[in-house]
Amino acid sequence: MGRGRPAAPHFPPMNWNLFVTELVAGITHGAVYALIALGYSMVYGILKLLNFAHGDIYMVGSFIGFGIITVFGGATSLGVSVWILLFIMFFCAMLGGGLLGVMIERFAYRRLRNAPRIAPLITALGVSFFLENAAQLVLGAQYQSYNSYGWHNGQLWIHGFTLPAGVHVGISQVIVVAGTVVLMVGLTLFVRNTQLGKAMRATSFDREAAAMMGIDVDRVIVATFFIGSALAGAAGVFNGLAYQQVWPYMGFVAGLYAFIAAVVGGIGNLPGAVLGGLLIGLAQSFSIGYVSSAFSDAVVFGVLIAVMIVRPSGLLGRAAVTKV
Amino acid sequence: MATDPNSPRVGVDEWVASHEQRQERRAGILGVVQRELERLPSPVFYLAFGIAAAIVPAVTSDGYVIKVGLDTLLYMLLALGLNITVGYAGLLDLGYVAFYGFAAYGYAMLASPKFGVHWDTLAAIPVVVIATVLLGFLVALPSRRLVGDYLAIVTLFFGELFFTVYQNGQHMSLFGFGHPRDVTGGPNGIPNIDQFNVFGGRIGALNYKAYFYVALIIFLLLLLAMYLVDRSRTGRAWKSLREDPLAAELMGMPVNRLKLIAFACGAGIAGLAGTVFAAANTAVFASEFDFTSGLLIIVYAMLILGGAGSLGGVILGALVVNISLEVLRDPGHATWVFFTLIAATLVARLRPWLWLGIVFVGTVAFGFAVHAIVTAAWPRGVHGQAAVGGALGSGLKSWVILPSSPMTIGNVAFIFLVLAVLVLTLLHGWVQRLAMIPTLYLAAFVWENRLVVEPSVTRLILVGVILIVLMNARPQGLLGTSRVEIV
Repeated sequence: MGRGRPAAPHFPPMNWNLFVTELVAGITHGAVYALIALGYSMVYGILKLLNFAHGDIYMVGSFIGFGIITVFGGATSLGVSVWILLFIMFFCAMLGGGLLGVMIERFAYRRLRNAPRIAPLITALGVSFFLENAAQLVLGAQYQSYNSYGWHNGQLWIHGFTLPAGVHVGISQVIVVAGTVVLMVGLTLFVRNTQLGKAMRATSFDREAAAMMGIDVDRVIVATFFIGSALAGAAGVFNGLAYQQVWPYMGFVAGLYAFIAAVVGGIGNLPGAVLGGLLIGLAQSFSIGYVSSAFSDAVVFGVLIAVMIVRPSGLLGRAAVTKV
Repeated sequence: MATDPNSPRVGVDEWVASHEQRQERRAGILGVVQRELERLPSPVFYLAFGIAAAIVPAVTSDGYVIKVGLDTLLYMLLALGLNITVGYAGLLDLGYVAFYGFAAYGYAMLASPKFGVHWDTLAAIPVVVIATVLLGFLVALPSRRLVGDYLAIVTLFFGELFFTVYQNGQHMSLFGFGHPRDVTGGPNGIPNIDQFNVFGGRIGALNYKAYFYVALIIFLLLLLAMYLVDRSRTGRAWKSLREDPLAAELMGMPVNRLKLIAFACGAGIAGLAGTVFAAANTAVFASEFDFTSGLLIIVYAMLILGGAGSLGGVILGALVVNISLEVLRDPGHATWVFFTLIAATLVARLRPWLWLGIVFVGTVAFGFAVHAIVTAAWPRGVHGQAAVGGALGSGLKSWVILPSSPMTIGNVAFIFLVLAVLVLTLLHGWVQRLAMIPTLYLAAFVWENRLVVEPSVTRLILVGVILIVLMNARPQGLLGTSRVEIV
């Protein structure tokens, strides 16, 4: 490499393999971020609260999935078929995540609903830190692996299809993206068509007015926390399937990225959360592929700052009007 | 404060509501002392604190004590800076520790063999502090138009960004151009940082005593400055901004400028603390400023515990939190403190006395009963060792179950303890008090078997708990004034 003369900048021919690989990785990552961002966005829409503990619910969901793999004999000697295992994992992770979210709301946030804005934020920080370190105490600080390559001789990775430029996409990546799409469509239909969904929209629009119209605001908030946290739990399992590793602090960075996704897309806006998730996932994976893995954070930060300067209410968000 | 959380808060004015209470004077000599103390201006207390702190290195030559004292002073400085941003202006700055780290690295780069630069301290510190202030401006700029929540997320991400960049800065090139250079030393940090040298006088290496005095003088000067700022035009403007940004703006206050100033001032104080930190420890590592290190949360816990917006609270919060965290390192001390605290809390909170007696006697009896059953049914369950020796240790050994391999059962018990405490907050009256008995015993069990064994995790768990509990039970902290809310 340029030892004698200073190296002239040269541009290698377009490497399609790298491009498509990063595209696939970006979409898979983006799907996970989008799922977490949905929960963030839902809670923010209703309570105007940044729930920092949301990323840690994702971590707990991921560990629940890992626990179930262990219960069924560990990754390399599973006692059940992959599909039954996946079903049980998702069921338990979503239920566990949802219940955890409801508990956090009930015990940490409910009393602070009318407190100054900064009080629930600091509480959320405390909850997040508590969950991370409690997980470290109970589960140990070391990294654990889903090792989905080893399930029934790699069934989930050998099968799949090949994209142009020779990039192989395993079933597990398909599951992540397809599962995310299913959950998002389901959520959209739920919020749009059911009575509870309508109540959620009303509550997020104006909590006091909704209460006066006879909506049980407490119930709506609990339901929001349950659904949002269940999505985070599912995201935890998805992440394990595609990226294997789980550890107690995984929720911090993932939650941060997901939150930025929600802000970029327009916080409180569900399609915005998905768009933001994909955007952040792609920005991250392309900067890992083309710049450096160490500085992908800087690229994502740049995206965030750019969006906040150009469109402060997010790509799909509406500008908030403050009324007195 | 102890109102039903679900009751309507319309028209709540705590200042008026507690008017009668404040009029009531305590009788006798204590009342006189209390009245006189209340009449003294705060700087008298600051001075008293300064004198007390200055005596510490004189009466002890124990290096550990002086090091803890220095750490506490650095924490106080950090909390003092955060008090401007969070306590006065009400801006949630979650990248605060990054400014501390930025300045520590800044000093390290200007005064160490890393780049062969050895600036004079009197030149290095102002340059680093000004750079930190400018960085604070830059970070706050994009979110100045937006609500506080966005500032929180931008700063939190900025903190994370700082960590990744400095942690991976051993091959840094500008966006892929030019040769990669080692800028931050990566995970190895920057070692061999110069000591403070002023006018040729030099502080010896690892002379914590000298740095203790340096930090103390800086802290006292800044404390006095903050006392004046608190009562100045800007200080009052910050507080009005905190209480209601919209109203403040309508009153014609330059809200954006006030926010930026508060943010940059906080960053500047963190920067000053960072230079002392770097010089005193002679090495900096990026991981010390990461979120997972807990530094940010610890400083927040100090500020909130003492009372955001209160200068005395900064001192008290940093003292209480840092000393308790230090005490936790030694399992023997920690066990004493744990049981004393539990007992003190019960004595202070549990009324009438009859119930206090029932809970105490009940817990002790419950423990012996469980211990007897376990000894008969599962002998291995009592073969472990207590973490503390002496009378307390042998007493505990015949009261708490100490399994020979406490790991798994202790972890399960920890989860149950968290659930039990949560349920306890839902119960009322005598059911709650009776439920306390097994919960207390469970707490003792978890403490002896798991928490005391892993102090590094336990201290972080406790910091998280402090934040949650304080915010729910006493958001104004120990010395803060509770909010006057007029709707």
